[in-house]
Amino acid sequence: MRFFMENILTIVCFFPLLGVALIILWPKGKEHDESIKWIANIVALLGFFISLPLITQFNKAQNIDSETGMRFVFKADWIPTIGAQYSFGIDGISMLLILLTTLMGFIAILSSWTAITERVREYYCYFLLLQVGMLGVFMALDFFLFYVFWEVMLVPMYFIIGVWGGPRRLYAAIKFFLYTLTGSVLLLLGILALYFHQHSVTGVWSFDILAMQQLDIPMDLQTWIFLAMFLGFAIKVPMFPFHTWLPDAHVEAPTAGSVILAAILLKMGTYGFVRLSLPILPDATMYFLYPLLVLSVIGIIYGALVAMAQKDMKKLVAYSSVSHLGFCMLGIFIATPVALEGGILQMINHGISTGALFLIVGILYERRHTRMIADFGGLSLIMPVYATIFLIMTLSSIGMPTLNGFIGEFMVLQGVFADSTYRLWAVWGAVGIVLGAAYMLWLYQRVMLGPLDKPENQNLPDLSGRELAMFVPLIILAFWIGLYPKTFLDYLHEPVNQIVERVRPNEFSPLPAQAALKE
Amino acid sequence: MPELPPISNPLEFFLLNGRAIGPQLHLILWGLGLLCIDFLIPKDKRRIGAFFAVGGILMSSLHLYRLWGERMASAFYGMITLDSFALFFNLLFLVAALLSVLMSYRYMEVEEEQRTEYYALILFATSGMMFMAGAIDLISLFIGLELMSISTYLLVGFLRKSQRSNEASLKYFLLGAFSSGIILYGMSLLYGLSGSTNLDEIAAQVAGLQDNTLLTLSLFMMMAGLCFKIAAVPFHMWVPDAYEGAPTAITAFMSVAVKAAAFAIFLRIFFVVFSEVRESYTFVLAVVAMVTITWGNVAAIAQQNIKRLLAYSSIAHAGFILMGLVAGTEFGVMASSMYLLAYTFMNLGAWAVVILLRRQDISGERLEDFDGLFFKHPALAILMLIFFLSLAGIPPLAGFIAKYFVFAAVLDVVFADAGPATSILVWLVVVAALNVVVSVFYYFRIVVAMFIKKDYLPAPLSFSVGLIVVLVITGILTVLIGIYPQPFIDLARAASESLI
Repeated sequence: MRFFMENILTIVCFFPLLGVALIILWPKGKEHDESIKWIANIVALLGFFISLPLITQFNKAQNIDSETGMRFVFKADWIPTIGAQYSFGIDGISMLLILLTTLMGFIAILSSWTAITERVREYYCYFLLLQVGMLGVFMALDFFLFYVFWEVMLVPMYFIIGVWGGPRRLYAAIKFFLYTLTGSVLLLLGILALYFHQHSVTGVWSFDILAMQQLDIPMDLQTWIFLAMFLGFAIKVPMFPFHTWLPDAHVEAPTAGSVILAAILLKMGTYGFVRLSLPILPDATMYFLYPLLVLSVIGIIYGALVAMAQKDMKKLVAYSSVSHLGFCMLGIFIATPVALEGGILQMINHGISTGALFLIVGILYERRHTRMIADFGGLSLIMPVYATIFLIMTLSSIGMPTLNGFIGEFMVLQGVFADSTYRLWAVWGAVGIVLGAAYMLWLYQRVMLGPLDKPENQNLPDLSGRELAMFVPLIILAFWIGLYPKTFLDYLHEPVNQIVERVRPNEFSPLPAQAALKE
Repeated sequence: MPELPPISNPLEFFLLNGRAIGPQLHLILWGLGLLCIDFLIPKDKRRIGAFFAVGGILMSSLHLYRLWGERMASAFYGMITLDSFALFFNLLFLVAALLSVLMSYRYMEVEEEQRTEYYALILFATSGMMFMAGAIDLISLFIGLELMSISTYLLVGFLRKSQRSNEASLKYFLLGAFSSGIILYGMSLLYGLSGSTNLDEIAAQVAGLQDNTLLTLSLFMMMAGLCFKIAAVPFHMWVPDAYEGAPTAITAFMSVAVKAAAFAIFLRIFFVVFSEVRESYTFVLAVVAMVTITWGNVAAIAQQNIKRLLAYSSIAHAGFILMGLVAGTEFGVMASSMYLLAYTFMNLGAWAVVILLRRQDISGERLEDFDGLFFKHPALAILMLIFFLSLAGIPPLAGFIAKYFVFAAVLDVVFADAGPATSILVWLVVVAALNVVVSVFYYFRIVVAMFIKKDYLPAPLSFSVGLIVVLVITGILTVLIGIYPQPFIDLARAASESLI
């Protein structure tokens, strides 16, 4: 048990590899597909369970690194010559994202049970490998290690889109790969620039992210590094105008791929901004604040307007992602304490609600093999359970009070309003919320309400037990965050205060200290 | 010139100095031995030649291993040295030669050109490379270069019945001889300037010469000739034709070993002799590297033949390796050496897969020949995927570590602000980094063919024990260098330290 707690991050991160090994070694043949599904699901579920101690043990004194305040820190030399370390550690932000990853990973794998019938073995291998890459990104405290994980997940995702995707899957897959890679290589140059600057100042060769957050980098260098890192992260988020790969990838990817893409992969970009860009390059962030806000707001409005015009449900949800992530970025860049915390919470919310919406679209697609809105109508008459869940997730996505989306959006807007210069930008955010309500409710109306006039739709079955099981945790979380967000926000106060203090020192009073820490 | 001591006892002299060239002597003697017993070997048993060559390479490696501890400053009156740099490259050549021989013997049977001379020539070429890596005198350097080049010209044209192979050989020979001439001209100018052929003495003589036209002329002549040997743009025109026409195993050998040997002398000459006048060539070399990387990658996109595609990709890789030279620091030498080491394994692995696809009546060279490989031979397709990802520079594979080091070497100079032409260096790194994206585009054309297209050509692949050994070794090292690079970095670092 002690061994487990001391290496918990490593174990959580690499646990899916166990599944990969089992699946590869399992006897060959189509008749074994069933058992392979079981292995993948069980490994993913276990992966979620072993990540739970991260939240229950989070504030235990022995897990807190006294110097940095990071939790569950593990360090070992990796490439001593260049100072790269195998260094893991998490704070509240990464902890929530890791739990979201293990949960959504399991749900995505569960959702593939009937959808994937070909090349089952490989499919689950890629998914579990993807899981390793994503978890590693959220855990790494060493920039070199971070980059390795950041790139590792490209290849499995490429195959998930390229092999099991829709008709234009090859185009979408390579577009996803090349766009992200372009950002990544520039990010690598940014990392190298930081690395050499750190060496010239301190004389130490190190990729330690926390040490880099302490650096005082001259403004012109900050600007260049910021631009390099910005491209890397903005393509991943994606921010307008780097978003064009996203609709293609989402539309072509299989359902589970879209779920993971929306819920987790995009969060790696926002996480990059929060963890790296803001604290390491605070002055450049503030210097570019105006254009960044403009891009975020364009993302919100443009994403919403384009979503409204879509005829394909999946494309609609994909563009709604662009809009929602604009919200996240607005909150993150303005970096007032409440807005930043709201932006981070909105990352989680988006993972829950958009992930669920992709599942919802996927379930219809699996039954009818079309995603065109015009092909549906009146489904609530024959699929009541499905209709209820769809409604909850629609409301969650548009920010209905009592559901999670409301809390995040409200905090972002409130936080933007706290900024004396840019307070009126909150208006654009509000417009985005109205538009969001418009396209989502309109979607719901056209698909679920009205007469059930298409003969093909008369006999659609309602949700199966397995499908319902996928939504239960998401609905619980949506209400939990909506009704009592304190559970989650408590973990965010400390890192958010640190980042705000770094980006906009002495401007805002810190968020109240955590009650949880007092024990 | 230092006064030569009289050689009192030739045998003693040779035994003393001969240790330094022991590994080379092994290769030459085994090669000659193979030629002598050739007539005894029946026609259908010529495969023995390959095992003979493997024996020679292993003996040579054993000797090299014995010498590993004892570095020698110089032997044969300053003709040849056995420093860590030479040892590192000798090891590289032996590994490349071993893997090439192992992938050859079945392949040459498929091509119906199994002859023992082939293996003898590989041994001679390898010994030439080893002389190049150890040479600290212009004479021994040039002799090594020619020994390697002439053996390689012959090997390229070894498929006598193939018009393509003959054309490739002739083209390579004519252009190669021309470039050797240019290098020789550069050398003669250096000799004229310094009155010596020893690299250290030349360096001492030309150290004071700034803005000397003859020195600059000699520098650029050597650079042009060496750029031809490493296949840098604009001296790359022979590469696609020669690589396409040559027997595939020889293409593989050329793309790693011959390139590495040319880089070995490139690095040594430029660091020992021209380090003082670095300012005069950094800019040109940076532009050459930039153009080489870009053109190699862009031209590879349009290729329909895997050998031509990999040929262009190897041009691009030469550009990446050149970046270490552009940096012009100890770190830069280490980066180039590290890149060559990683490149040896990942590239030989990719070529080994290409060789496997060559079977009766099927050239295995068109991109369509890869269609559906995964469904028939999943392990092979996954290996090829690993080699391609590594060549593209995706972590955590050897190619990423290699690219990391060349990028870092150039940025190191930028941040130290000591080097000349800083802005071109920044551009070089940015262009090189963006080229990674281009390279993924064409490597993934083959990945798509292997993993996503389904029509598979129904003929058994030409597997052999040797090829499987090659695939296992290259596969393991490609992954190992990526995940645990430290011991390999130490090797490359020792090599770079001994040079400067």
